[in-house]
Amino acid sequence: MAFPDAGRLGRAMEALAIPLGALLGSMVLFGLFVAMLGKNPLEVYGLMFQGAFGSSFAWQNSLVRAAPLILTALCVALPAQAGLMIIGAEGALVLGGLAAAVAGHALGGLPPFMVKLAMAGFAILAGGVWISLAGGLRQYRGVNETISSLLLTYIAIALFNHLVEGVLRDPGSLNKPATYPIGEANMLGSFFGFDVHWGLGFGIVFCVAMYVMVKHTTLGFSLRIVGGNARAARLAGLPVSKLVLAACFLGGGAAGLAGMAEVAAVHGAANASLIAGYGYTGILAAFIARQNPLAILPVAVLLGGISASGGMLQRRLDMPDATVLVLQGMAFMLVLAAETLYGRFRIFEPKPVEEKYDREVTVGTVVAMEKDAMHNLALTTVASSRQSR
Amino acid sequence: MSSNFNRRDLLKALAAAGLAGTVPGLGSRAFAADKMIVGVIYVGPRDDYGYNQAQAQAAAATKKMPGITVIEQEKVPETVEVQKTMASMIEQDGASLIFATSFGYFDPHMIKMAEKYPKVRFAHCGGMWTEGKHPSNAGSYFGYIDECQYLNGVIAGHVTKSKKLGFIAAKPIPQVLRNLNAYTLGAQSVDPKITTQLIVTGDWSLPVKEAEAANSLVDQGVDVITCHVDSPKVVVETCERRGIYVCGYHANQSALAPKGYLTGAEWNWLTVYSMHVKDAMSGAPFKNFVRGGLQEGFVKMSPYGKSVPDAAKKKADAIKAQVIKGEYVIFKGPLKDNTGKTVIPAGTSLKQTDPVLEQMNYLVEGVSGKV
Repeated sequence: MAFPDAGRLGRAMEALAIPLGALLGSMVLFGLFVAMLGKNPLEVYGLMFQGAFGSSFAWQNSLVRAAPLILTALCVALPAQAGLMIIGAEGALVLGGLAAAVAGHALGGLPPFMVKLAMAGFAILAGGVWISLAGGLRQYRGVNETISSLLLTYIAIALFNHLVEGVLRDPGSLNKPATYPIGEANMLGSFFGFDVHWGLGFGIVFCVAMYVMVKHTTLGFSLRIVGGNARAARLAGLPVSKLVLAACFLGGGAAGLAGMAEVAAVHGAANASLIAGYGYTGILAAFIARQNPLAILPVAVLLGGISASGGMLQRRLDMPDATVLVLQGMAFMLVLAAETLYGRFRIFEPKPVEEKYDREVTVGTVVAMEKDAMHNLALTTVASSRQSR
Repeated sequence: MSSNFNRRDLLKALAAAGLAGTVPGLGSRAFAADKMIVGVIYVGPRDDYGYNQAQAQAAAATKKMPGITVIEQEKVPETVEVQKTMASMIEQDGASLIFATSFGYFDPHMIKMAEKYPKVRFAHCGGMWTEGKHPSNAGSYFGYIDECQYLNGVIAGHVTKSKKLGFIAAKPIPQVLRNLNAYTLGAQSVDPKITTQLIVTGDWSLPVKEAEAANSLVDQGVDVITCHVDSPKVVVETCERRGIYVCGYHANQSALAPKGYLTGAEWNWLTVYSMHVKDAMSGAPFKNFVRGGLQEGFVKMSPYGKSVPDAAKKKADAIKAQVIKGEYVIFKGPLKDNTGKTVIPAGTSLKQTDPVLEQMNYLVEGVSGKV
């Protein structure tokens, strides 16, 4: 039974090598780009490394930027398991943050641990329900979820501003409208003594849990069947709509929790600073991670590092802020383009069966290969159905 | 041997690197230095023809001061990112004076960093630094730019034919309302019948909405517009295209509207920057709460455009001279808001330094709109 494992290993290697190659390619392209701007690419690489991962300070800087991205990336990656392309994490984040701030203020009299728990709970609920709206619109009204989740984000931000500048406003917040503060006692501390807040801890736990759920539970398996072919899943008797809504709720809940972490660890109240674009960068993270919840962790840290290093480039080389956005854009394009490379490299494919193995093993291999073929077919179906929408 | 390089060694190396990173920071914290590194942080792009550009112009001029190195970072959101940017400037670049130029940087971000780095001076634009509540190495500076908006209003009052002015605002907060009210009062000092139509876009940088607002004001017959948004670029350009007059804000936008640009309310932050830099260099105490207007050179007017009639220039210059001498009061009673309620009783004159003005929450009579 060595061959299926070898095949799996090859596939894992492929899944690692292709995005890494794409990222490397984007670094090379970026080097050419900065050379065109008249800067020394090696100096730029050196500074970027120094700014992102060159010291424990730089590491903490990168990790704190990665924390919200991990959770907003899950808002893309979880619905993606069920075949949905949700890009509305920003809306779930701001409403999650608002729900947390309101809960934190309203329940201020309870013990801090209970308050924190309630803030997290309401944030997950708010974000989850918001993204479920996009899932529901698709399942029951046939509305494209990509468009609806994007539009729901605008509504969420408008609603957020309306409430924060209106009924929920703390009259003491003069020039920057904000809700009432949740109070110092209810704030989240730092993550195991690092200068990184607990949002990172939430992200890591959420990612690992979701990875296990997706890859090793029946629920996750059902989700992936729905994602592969919803009609087949329905024929097989799976509750497709419920599964889609569950995936949306979990994803939206993750983004809502990111909002709670921003409120409870950084701002202490909900204000317009929550609308910082984490939801959009999360899309990038999810795609580079190929919607794998576990892969989101290193990818988010990498993106956090790129963002941290952007400051270094601005300060030392006087390059504009957009410089690292160019790198992000190149990475995104190359990773997407590299999707077509899967299965093209011989070295990752299982070796052909050799004569000395008996028939049983051969059958096993054939079954394994057929499984792979089915998997590829499912992926193609998703890809083409996405194109056709 | 390389296989012996385990996780523990890596951690040690990281810790050593982290320690090394703080050394230049420690070195530059001595008093009365002849060399100093100044960090400036912007919320938007440095070339926005507006709020950030006004700060960046001061930073650029500060670079020319002897012994000063200015490091800048733009488009830093008002999140934990700005804390990390400040810390990076201090730990990685050795900055000992930081200008945090966006309102939302103040609380909690800058306060937290000021507590963490007590030897670094933090100057914030727009906040309300309060003795006893905020650390002594933090402070806030701001300018009475409503004086310039009042003068904008005086000029606008002279050139308007429809007697309808427009004001495009980002958010209905005290700083914005004070400008709007000053602009309206300035125009009403020329003709009390003049009204101002207010449009609130909802956020600091929404170019599409700002253009829509300008267009709709022109369609309603408004013939002079000014604004309070981060970048007045789109508003100024739209006014020029629609053939009406416009008064600038934050920085000089005359290049964008050669025909319709009357004048503008500009910041002159170099006054504040050079003051803080000199104090830090000589080891003089940090001035925590700094405010100033035309008199102190914190704000200035754009040069008059060619459409401004001589009578208008004369009137505006006369008022400006009085403001500079400290003899002119913009907000004085009796003053009613646009619902008819008296907001400043007769006989009361509010000086520019009066903190009550920094809590303004009404629209003066003649402004159409609601807060």
